Amino acid sequence: MNLKLKDIVPQLITVIAVVLIFGFFTYNAQINMENRGIDFGYGFLSQESSFDVQFSLIEYDGSHSYFRAYLVGLLNTILVSVIGIIIATILGVIVGVARLSPNYLINKFAAFYVEFFRNIPLLLQIFFWYFAALRALPLPQDAEAIFGVFFLTIKGLYVPAFIWQNFSIFFYSLVAAVIAIIVIRIHAKKVQENQGKQIPVFFISLGLIFILPLLSFLIGGVKLSFEVPVLKQLATTSFIYEGGVSLPPELIALTLSLSLYTATFIAECVRAGIQGVGKGQKEAAASIGLTPNQVLKLVIMPQALRIIIPPTTNQYLNLTKNSSLAAAIAYPDLVLVFAGTALMQTGKAIEIVSITMFTYLTLSISISILMNWYNKRIAIQEK
Amino acid sequence: MSKINFLKPDRANLNTFLYLGSFLFLISFLDVFFNSFFNLNLTGFLPNFLSFVLPLVLGFIGLYFIRIEYSGIKRLDLLNKHINTNNFNAVLSLLIIFIIIKSIPPILSWFVVDASFAGDSKDVCTGTGACWTYIKVWMRRFMYGMYPNAEQWRINLSFISLVLLGSVGYFATDKFKKYLTLYYVVIYPLIAFLFIFFFISGGPVFFDFSYGIIAAILSIIIGFFIPGRFKFYYFLIVPLTLYIILKYFLFFEEYIELGKLDGLNWVETGAWGGLSLTFIISFFCLIFCFPIGMAFALGRRSGFPLIRYISVGFIEFWRGVPLITVLFMSAVMFPMFLPEDFFIDKLVRAIIAISLFEAAYVAEVIRGGLQALPRGQYEAAKSLGMGYWKMHIFVILPQALKLVIPGIANTFLALVKDTPLIFVVGLLEIVGMLNLAKTNPEWLGFAMEGYVFAAIIFWIICYAMSKYSYNLEQKYKTDR
Repeated sequence: MNLKLKDIVPQLITVIAVVLIFGFFTYNAQINMENRGIDFGYGFLSQESSFDVQFSLIEYDGSHSYFRAYLVGLLNTILVSVIGIIIATILGVIVGVARLSPNYLINKFAAFYVEFFRNIPLLLQIFFWYFAALRALPLPQDAEAIFGVFFLTIKGLYVPAFIWQNFSIFFYSLVAAVIAIIVIRIHAKKVQENQGKQIPVFFISLGLIFILPLLSFLIGGVKLSFEVPVLKQLATTSFIYEGGVSLPPELIALTLSLSLYTATFIAECVRAGIQGVGKGQKEAAASIGLTPNQVLKLVIMPQALRIIIPPTTNQYLNLTKNSSLAAAIAYPDLVLVFAGTALMQTGKAIEIVSITMFTYLTLSISISILMNWYNKRIAIQEK
Repeated sequence: MSKINFLKPDRANLNTFLYLGSFLFLISFLDVFFNSFFNLNLTGFLPNFLSFVLPLVLGFIGLYFIRIEYSGIKRLDLLNKHINTNNFNAVLSLLIIFIIIKSIPPILSWFVVDASFAGDSKDVCTGTGACWTYIKVWMRRFMYGMYPNAEQWRINLSFISLVLLGSVGYFATDKFKKYLTLYYVVIYPLIAFLFIFFFISGGPVFFDFSYGIIAAILSIIIGFFIPGRFKFYYFLIVPLTLYIILKYFLFFEEYIELGKLDGLNWVETGAWGGLSLTFIISFFCLIFCFPIGMAFALGRRSGFPLIRYISVGFIEFWRGVPLITVLFMSAVMFPMFLPEDFFIDKLVRAIIAISLFEAAYVAEVIRGGLQALPRGQYEAAKSLGMGYWKMHIFVILPQALKLVIPGIANTFLALVKDTPLIFVVGLLEIVGMLNLAKTNPEWLGFAMEGYVFAAIIFWIICYAMSKYSYNLEQKYKTDR
């Protein structure tokens, strides 16, 4: 080891500065909390929360603990993020491909969409959908049914609920189908490498994923029925839908604005990815006699995905973080339930804000670690 | 005349197909046009569904007929190439054309025709269109927040002077060009700060903050005369020391009180708001986040492991959390970390929080630029005997920053779009003011107009910024 003073001193000074700043903060926090008679600790998590949450995926009421409230918030955040990610991806891919279309109108339409939604603050879009657009929807009693079963009203979207019998059998059949498809794919690859024969994997997979669950209905005794929401009168002017699943307007406004906003960024990622594949690749693939579909599937997409996926994951992360804007329209997500209501009740600012931040931090760091691993795996091995 | 096969348009019967196709297309176009502009259904005698899809079918057949390759008519070839390459594209083109025609009348009538502009009370808004009277009445609030009406000339004057001072760069002669960087990095922010401190605030809002600014700027100016190898230590120690000296030993407060302009009332930051607050916050965050981000980008690439780890930790922490929790932290948690008599204004706290948050993103963007530079640049600079700071200031950073102009512009755009979030700390810029105005009992029910108005303003700002960054990128593009 060749340690020089020149190398050590700057580091030492930096570390001392950081330690001093943190020490200063901790010292002040201790004094402040002593003065105000607040004690530090995470024990409050098991106490009874005694507040209600409008919308939760798991069973929850005021008699449950603060930790349970935290879980409710976290699950709601995840729900909004997952729905948003799915819609944003579909929309983003369509728009991204449309921006590369030779059709002038489609191209400009997609460009207009991207430029329009990208340059308006997300919070403003959320407010717009929640306070302006969704407020223009009809009251429950005036709502028209969509396909006879969906009801879009000012109080939210009502959709039919699935009622399963022997759901586990159906689930196992799905799992079995997926496993069978994986086995067949591996086998098909082997056969192609050894004998050069191609097995129509796609059609076999398609068949399996439909036939096995279908069999579970016919033989396994799985039954599926729908519970359609029905209008019910509470008072002379007050109506409500009963039965089915109701999605609150907050959730709809949030997913709508999040996915419309994020889709613009995903579209740009997709466009950049496809444009990033050299023109020579396409021409070379065509010149060795691949069909246009094969060119897309075997040559363009594998290379484009390598460019598309890292920035797209970043956008997924942004969407998840942006879902915290839910607090502005009172959708009970992690920030509203935990950093809002729970904080007001307990007054434990440091603990609650730190838990909230730590949750988001864990979420994003774990995804970025996964991304780095994936990037390394698919990176082109240059010789 | 050769035989006509209607399933296969060809060049031989060009005229027949052209007229037939154009005619069909025109009919479908007119049908939709009359339907949407004059509410006149030409095909009303047909069953509902057929009347609905007829224009699409007719238009499709029309486009199919005129799809003739190498027709020799330049415009037709262009049309075919751009909107009519195959059946699928033809259907999509038709759909888009129809959607545009269908959506023009309702939008136009809402925005202009049925909208009300006159008057200054809610009573004039009886039509089905937008109520721009609402925007007109509330305009001052949307622009200046709760800032007293009589004092608003202060904001206007400050902004106009700042814009004029900012445009100096365009008029500078070559003789002064070399001082422009110094001007924009040090002098201009100082002037802007003084304007806002003395003029818009007009009172003791920014005290601790002002010491910090003065200390930082003084130490940067002195820093120019410090030999390169001591610069690091200098910047670690001197700014903080200067700050402490200024605050506790020089009793600068009295001077600042003396410097207060006569006759100006103090307007507390809680009353600031509207679009002007958006500008103030964006401006200061932009100024602060850039140097902080640059420092952490260099720190992340540093050869000292401890400095590197600290930088990585800083960057990943701020990038991993949503801005709203950062603002929550600055609102409820940060005061706990400060001594009890130590008060920081909430606007300043919000600016600090947003700056630190955006600095992490700027750092990552700049790091991308640093990584993209070939190693030869570093080695060449070193072989000329340049030290760390000289190498970075004169060789590395100018090239790296040029590379990352689009990335930095995107970050600044994100910053502008993030400013509405300050509602968390209780400050109301334009979106916040809209939400406040919306709940006013005299003006209920005009949420849509407000949001559309704000959306247009933000869209113009952001679009202009992105176009400007694109121009910058083209201007500084140096081929290698």
